[in-house]
Amino acid sequence: MAEVAGMFTVQQTIGNVLCCKCGISMQPNAANMCAKCLRSEVDITEGLQKHVVIVHCPECDGYLQPPRSWIKAQLESKELLTFCIKRLKNLNKVKLVNAEFIWTEPHSKRIKVRLRVQKEVLNGAVIEQSYVVEYVVQDQMCESCSKVQANPDQWVAAVQLRQHVSHRRTFFYLEQLILKHDAANRAIKIQQSDQGIDFFFGHRSHALKFVDFVSRVVPVRTRNDKQLVSHDHKSNTFNYKYTFSVEISPICREDLICLPPKLASSLGNIGPLVICTKVSNSIALLDPFTLRHCFLDADQYWRASFKPLLSSRQLVEYVVLDVDVVYAEVNIGGSKYVLADVQVARVSDFGKNDTIFYVRTYLGHLLDSGDYALGYDLYGANSNDFELEKYKGLVLPEVILIKKSYEEKRQKKRGKPRCWKLKSLNMEVDNSAGKGRDQAHKMNSEYEQFLRDLEENPDLRFNISLYRDKEYQRSETTSVADGEDVPSIPLEELLGDLDLSDIYVEEDGIRE
Amino acid sequence: MATRLQFENSCEIGVFSKLTNAYCLVGIGGSENFYSTFESELSGVIPVIKTSIGGMRIIGRLCAGNKNGLLLPHTTTDQELQHLRNSLPDGVVVQRIDERLSSLGNCIACNDHVALTHTDLDKETEEMIADTLGVEVFRQTIAGNILVGSYCAFSNNGGLVHPHTSIEDLDELSTLLQVPLVAGTVNRGSEVIAAGLTVNDWTAFTGSDTTATELSVIESVFKLREAQPTAIVDEMRKSLIDSYV
Repeated sequence: MAEVAGMFTVQQTIGNVLCCKCGISMQPNAANMCAKCLRSEVDITEGLQKHVVIVHCPECDGYLQPPRSWIKAQLESKELLTFCIKRLKNLNKVKLVNAEFIWTEPHSKRIKVRLRVQKEVLNGAVIEQSYVVEYVVQDQMCESCSKVQANPDQWVAAVQLRQHVSHRRTFFYLEQLILKHDAANRAIKIQQSDQGIDFFFGHRSHALKFVDFVSRVVPVRTRNDKQLVSHDHKSNTFNYKYTFSVEISPICREDLICLPPKLASSLGNIGPLVICTKVSNSIALLDPFTLRHCFLDADQYWRASFKPLLSSRQLVEYVVLDVDVVYAEVNIGGSKYVLADVQVARVSDFGKNDTIFYVRTYLGHLLDSGDYALGYDLYGANSNDFELEKYKGLVLPEVILIKKSYEEKRQKKRGKPRCWKLKSLNMEVDNSAGKGRDQAHKMNSEYEQFLRDLEENPDLRFNISLYRDKEYQRSETTSVADGEDVPSIPLEELLGDLDLSDIYVEEDGIRE
Repeated sequence: MATRLQFENSCEIGVFSKLTNAYCLVGIGGSENFYSTFESELSGVIPVIKTSIGGMRIIGRLCAGNKNGLLLPHTTTDQELQHLRNSLPDGVVVQRIDERLSSLGNCIACNDHVALTHTDLDKETEEMIADTLGVEVFRQTIAGNILVGSYCAFSNNGGLVHPHTSIEDLDELSTLLQVPLVAGTVNRGSEVIAAGLTVNDWTAFTGSDTTATELSVIESVFKLREAQPTAIVDEMRKSLIDSYV
């Protein structure tokens, strides 16, 4: 102000006065006492806690935040410092300026924190002082750790996931979905069993959440039961074990289905022979001759449950001799279909007879003469389906083609590693039945089939995470020439694996 | 020599007493301790007078004076004025003044030659101060405080001012007063100098909280170590004898 007005101001040099106690020369302050004398006069850390006992769980490295929550923290970490400071009472009476750990031997069970605090004393002078708080660490196991220590298999709720089919394809896919959404992270134990997987949980709510997840991704029917373990009639507490039985519908992708007459008419006289094109929480059905399609949700399915007439293991390989497109390309539910008349012959018939089938198929856009295709051989099949018998006078087609076969081209690639990999759940396998080797061999071939399915179907791998295989080296011989036709997964879809621990490496070792 | 004392458990003894080179006024306390301390130091040299001003004991803050005179506020009663006129030595002029700022002790700081005053005092009051006390009057502040009488104490030998006084202000003040000045504290860090200290040319009284450091500052700046009531005469005599011999 003064400078702006052009006024002359006298420069003010602050002189020194003598400290009133010790006589040292110093800058005048509010108390007119030097810092040392002021500190000797008043102790601002008086009434602050200098010894605190904290409870530590040696198993999970957690610290007890009263009344009952546990905070996970490493020694000398920011979280631990926050926790330590929060445990101090009366700290609101002073202003905390700085806090730091003083190194102590971990075995000493002592944590030392140096705090620097400020407080106003003696007519407005602010004094800063540092002091050390010693925390005595008392070891005491937290409830969850002590429960695990006592008996690691103390499950409260079990979810039994079952699908009554002859293959495990659904479970391979479900495993990837569970991994991607981390749905089974609360599971205590996961056990692979015949026609399904068992999940064990420590709490009923965890199991319920898992069942909820499963019912969102596949059409399921659930039942639950509880068994009384113990009860205390005085305090009216009951201890149950809960079991959830979750049955997945046996209809899988690419299955041929003969719809029950009632259901077919309620769906607008579709079929009755239909193909399942997709299974999510509902089932997508497609009539291969008319390209009509419909969806069945879990409720609708279980009200009139049906079984597949033929399933994907019964696919037979055909050679396409001629293709005659009947109708232009149509787009149903995100995938393209072209209705065509084709001439096919069974690969197994080659050189034996001249049996040729004239059939209608929806794969007109994929097939060309000379291609191989997989289809259901109704001509040679011996079906004894109840539903089929209800239709009097139904003329069955001789062949229903399902998908193009890449088997010939894949022959060349056999034995070469893939550039991607999947993670897997940490499952326990029950080998008690003694059919170990045979079972394992079947599992491996089914897993290989599942991996191929992933490569061929982009919408199948839409929901799951694929990881880049670091050990994969691109060999020189896989030249451009042979890699062109076989479907493979583009590199952009792969995720880099976060390699913080070696847990995943071990898990991968199980499968590969 | 400086003496430490208390007035009824209060260390602000400058509030309850007024010491000049010609007389000493003390407030009327519950006991005789306060009075007798002054009496034992000053007896036989200058009169020590117990009085009140306007019925109040805080006489140090209400009146201002030096060896030439004594200024009293308009609240002083006639009896008190009469009592003081009777008790004070003959050379001392007692004057009651009509000033709106009635706590003259806070507004005026003086020795026998110079007075610093509050900046807002009346023109008449300023003339009255100059006439009655026989001093030159300067309107001043000390470290930004307008109550000059509270934040400084000085005699004809030296002076103590508020600890926050800058070096430039100290130079200016000591040029005006023609005595050495020092910034300091009394009563263990109190900056209200005149409340904790009352001083004349050869003795000083301070509050009992005053530390040894503060006391040594006071004794050295007011030159009290060798000071005696007769020191000036002795010095003159010595020089006379020197020149004579």
